[in-house]
Amino acid sequence: MGCAIKPLFIRESNLGLKLAVAALVVAGLLVADLRYRGLTTFRGAVDTVLTPIYWVANVPTALGEWQETTILSRKSLVEDNDRLRRENLVLQGRTQQLASLQADNARLRALLNSTALVRDDVLVGEIIGISPDPVRHQLLLDKGAEARVVEGQALIDADGLMGQVIEVASTTSRVLLITDPTHSVPVQINRNGVRAVAEGMGSLAELAVHHVAATTDIRIGDLLVTSGLGGRFPIGYPVAIVTEVTRDPGEAFATIIAQPTAALDRARHALLVFSDPPESDTLEVVASGE
Amino acid sequence: MSEPTRAYWVLPLTFFFALTLMAFPLDRPLSWYRPEWVLLVMVYWAIALPHRVGLVTALALGLLLDVLKGAAIGQSMLSFAIVVTLARLMYQRLRVFSLLQQSGVLFLMVGVHQLIAQWVLGLQGAHSPGFAFLLPALTSALIWPLVFVFLRALRRSQGVR
Repeated sequence: MGCAIKPLFIRESNLGLKLAVAALVVAGLLVADLRYRGLTTFRGAVDTVLTPIYWVANVPTALGEWQETTILSRKSLVEDNDRLRRENLVLQGRTQQLASLQADNARLRALLNSTALVRDDVLVGEIIGISPDPVRHQLLLDKGAEARVVEGQALIDADGLMGQVIEVASTTSRVLLITDPTHSVPVQINRNGVRAVAEGMGSLAELAVHHVAATTDIRIGDLLVTSGLGGRFPIGYPVAIVTEVTRDPGEAFATIIAQPTAALDRARHALLVFSDPPESDTLEVVASGE
Repeated sequence: MSEPTRAYWVLPLTFFFALTLMAFPLDRPLSWYRPEWVLLVMVYWAIALPHRVGLVTALALGLLLDVLKGAAIGQSMLSFAIVVTLARLMYQRLRVFSLLQQSGVLFLMVGVHQLIAQWVLGLQGAHSPGFAFLLPALTSALIWPLVFVFLRALRRSQGVR
């Protein structure tokens, strides 16, 4: 018969063995990724390969946005302009005092011998994708290694902290939101400085604040801001507002739920924060304080 | 029958489209219902062309999907490898199954895929969202007849062998 005719059914050899070998290799990859975080560069490389897919998938959204911005009535444009001008005036008014406040703050911090708060630089990123897996809260930004995005960078929007960069490809980067079930952010209560850790629960509207003693002074409406502990997030960005405090006398810890202040599911643009304070500045302030 | 070109571009193109459908942004409540497009397309080709789509394809697609989803690398690779092995064990039966029976099998296959995803998510320390993780299996099984008919038409018209 020879090979002239393709056989109708191919004969399978050692399917089980092949699967076992594949499973072993995959198990190695899983361990390398989950246990040792050794695959982030590789991930970035694969994401670079996947970039065309992200762009194609983003076309309908981009078209919708283009249509929204190009086909606008003159009236709404004028209204927008007016509103923005008013907002701008108000904001400019507020920033007038900022310079002197910053100087004050630096002086006081120097008196206290603590390092100066450096104003953070930001980079505007556009959200071009979200994780297709509903249990994973991740975003895809249109800025990557070419825009000097680095792993661990914080992402904020106008209202608060959104998450951190976990992977950088050449023209995109991936952000883990603070609400992802594997994410935690060190926070403190803005009112009294009590420190805690806010963990994601897999819901965009809720963070859980665990291991807060039942007697701790924490109330509904308290603002949680980043504490800067852990060295990941810059200090002082709003994270969430406490919405629920349950104190059960039988439990050692209070059950606390907070709602993220950032518009995690609505934002289209977000800011990447460059917060590494230049070494020399910090040293200078400390030295002058002594 | 004229000697058909083997149309090498068809398979990568369908995989590209499946990945794009996976990456297409959906509202979060709606994304619970997103069918596992890549798995469906892979299973179709594994049934139709078992000599061309096997473990290597499954591992490669699994890797792309893992990175696309931001999942742990290996999660979909493992489930895809298992599903493709299942498909190759039963492709002779699957070919003569009715679309409804095939849908039933697909439900189980996507179920296995989702179960492994849950397991890996558990390894990462996240808690399970309950039985909602089986929703994609349901929608995948429902959409399977359409995928099957469309891909068969494509395969026949392009003479993919």
